[in-house]
Amino acid sequence: MSTTPQSAPRPSARDIDVLRAAVARAAASRGPVLPFGVGPVDHLLAGGGLDGAGLHEVAGASASWSDDAAATLFAAGIASRFAAAPDVSALWALTRFDLYAPGLEQAGLGPDRVLYAQGRTDKELLALCEDALRDGSLACVVAEVKAADQTATRRLQLAASEGNTPMILYRRYRRYGQCPLADPSLAMTRWRIGILSSGRLASPGVGRGRWNVELVRQRGGPPFSLELEACDDQGRLALPAATADRAVAPGRTDTVAFGHAA
Amino acid sequence: MRELGRRSEAAAPVFRALRSDDGTSGGLAAPLPPLWGLRPTIVVARTGQRDVVTAACPAALDLGLVPGMAAAHARALVSDLDILDAAPDADRAWLDRLALHAARCWTPTAAVSGTDGLWLDLSGTTHLFGGEERFAARLLGFLRRLGFTARVAIAGTPGAAHALARYGGAGVGILPEGGESDALAPLPLAALRLAPEALAAAARFGIERIADLYPMPRGPLARRLGRGAVERLDQARGFVPEPIVPVVPFDMPEARRSLLEPIGTAEAIEQVIADLLGDLVLALRERSLGVRSLVLRCDRLDMGAQFITVGTARATRDAKHLMRLFRLRIDRIEPGLGIETMVLAAPQVEALAPEAIAAALDTARQAPDLAPLVDALAGRAGDAALFRLSAIESDVPERAIVRAGPLVKPAGWPVWPRPIRMLARPEALSGVVALLPDHPPRRFAWRGRSYAVVAGDGPERIHGEWWRRPGEMWAVRDYFRVEATSGERFWLFRRGDAITDKTGDLSWYMHGVFG
Repeated sequence: MSTTPQSAPRPSARDIDVLRAAVARAAASRGPVLPFGVGPVDHLLAGGGLDGAGLHEVAGASASWSDDAAATLFAAGIASRFAAAPDVSALWALTRFDLYAPGLEQAGLGPDRVLYAQGRTDKELLALCEDALRDGSLACVVAEVKAADQTATRRLQLAASEGNTPMILYRRYRRYGQCPLADPSLAMTRWRIGILSSGRLASPGVGRGRWNVELVRQRGGPPFSLELEACDDQGRLALPAATADRAVAPGRTDTVAFGHAA
Repeated sequence: MRELGRRSEAAAPVFRALRSDDGTSGGLAAPLPPLWGLRPTIVVARTGQRDVVTAACPAALDLGLVPGMAAAHARALVSDLDILDAAPDADRAWLDRLALHAARCWTPTAAVSGTDGLWLDLSGTTHLFGGEERFAARLLGFLRRLGFTARVAIAGTPGAAHALARYGGAGVGILPEGGESDALAPLPLAALRLAPEALAAAARFGIERIADLYPMPRGPLARRLGRGAVERLDQARGFVPEPIVPVVPFDMPEARRSLLEPIGTAEAIEQVIADLLGDLVLALRERSLGVRSLVLRCDRLDMGAQFITVGTARATRDAKHLMRLFRLRIDRIEPGLGIETMVLAAPQVEALAPEAIAAALDTARQAPDLAPLVDALAGRAGDAALFRLSAIESDVPERAIVRAGPLVKPAGWPVWPRPIRMLARPEALSGVVALLPDHPPRRFAWRGRSYAVVAGDGPERIHGEWWRRPGEMWAVRDYFRVEATSGERFWLFRRGDAITDKTGDLSWYMHGVFG
């Protein structure tokens, strides 16, 4: 670009209108947005929530079994909120079945709203997901894969926007200590979920789980990291009590973003 | 075609049936006489307050037991009596099968007559079997092999055949043409299929034989016995035609294209499949049927046949959807030198009637139909790849889940805390420190790491299912949900309740993980 600021003509009102129309078209191509219902998260997400026609990636913070379970539950919570309408189903595609369906039901994804697809390989699974996304009759598609390269994620993103269906790609660890979110990808958002120790209850017993929810990368917005309470029985996250009760300084609602991990 | 034997019969000894050469009475085993022929047997059905005999075997008939008498009366007359319950539905099913067999093998016009007979329209078909006598003999042989006794009458009218078969006496009665009136004359009036009121009226007037009706003037006869009686008489004598309403055997919907030139390219095959589907869908719409599976047969020039099968999760006749399913499989066809005939058949069909569109008016709340998607995904990954999980009645966690079809409505589970992921087999913990009997462990080691527990819930006691395995008679699992110092939440259990020894050995296991 060799044009200097002096030679650039000032855009006319008509050009700006054209640009505005283009932006509005681009915004309309996004699906319906699903907010988390948690103030700071929705505030920091571009568009105010998860894109209902895009690809989102979720991975555990480590290869440990507990982080894996937390990330699975996070994905299940999102899927259950996407499939909240009556008589719609989410598709859960996986190659190795070790989910426990009653646990999924307790994250809001009851047996009548989840359809399982078991593929033999990751490649077959991704092809299944693409078909399911293009069909557009599902509320959400979740896939557990180990390997998905940039081409695969681009295809999934295209299929998701074409079928107006959200896609959640759960990335399993391939190698111990190597985060799967380090691979390049075209996902709209990429989440990394780790467990934290929960707040102690006054009485003996196990309280509500607590996660470190880290948005590693998103399109059109900053990354952030938050400490949140785990999904309830309808898949909703919550702010931990201490943060929820704290008075927020006026005009400084984004102060809770305390980490940049990208 | 000897039948393999009823369950009540002992099988013939294998070795005695072999031809022996020691000069004794070896030889082939004689067929066992049917068991029900040994003792008089009757079949009874309950009508209202009493049991009535509906059928009797020849031995019972000889003893004076006739259909229509009370079962108690029959028991009083003959003490040594076998009594079976009537099964009219099974009888009807046999008759239907026989009628269908007749329609397939002997004549295009066959029908069930009453509760105990068949009508076969033999016009122009008996020469295929060597004439009427030989056909009747063949029919009797066929039924004898199936275990039935039968009487055959061949006459010019259905009414006469009906009467002669039931009241004519002999095993096979073949009436020469035009002899109906003479042959019917000595038969009782009941042979004419009259209504019971007409029979009662005739008995009052002293009319017993069909011959008594011939000289009577028709007007008073119709007034006394009803017009139905006169009509039956005319039908039996051949003055009025009586059509037989034939059973229609179900034929598989099929479409066929024989090609002028053999084809081998995927595009040409796809085009032919589309044409076949168009033909088949038209036929299905006429019969209001939907397919559950389709088989495509491609006959090659070298006489090899290629088969491709698609299945659907719900009955459908949507040509576009079926074409999409076939397109996934076209690459499995090996055309070889070329395909010259393609046949598309629907071996599995279901009734598919139009549905009311009341719900479709409210488009916003209409649930999406998953069946096309399920078919497409199953075409890619196989039928077993798509499923839902449903609850079954079991408290043992790994048994509470059953796979169900992708379109069924599954049942949910009770809301006890359950992990999100579970080990296929529980793994033993080591170094467990726990207060007995009902506290969660304080610390434990699993997969080479030790965990200190900061909080725990439980126990949730689950008893073994003794009706499955005797080893679970006393077995008990106590489940705990524990949280370790760094926030991991596990689902552990201990075998045994720590009070009675036979409930378990107090070993600890890891079973699942919470998020």
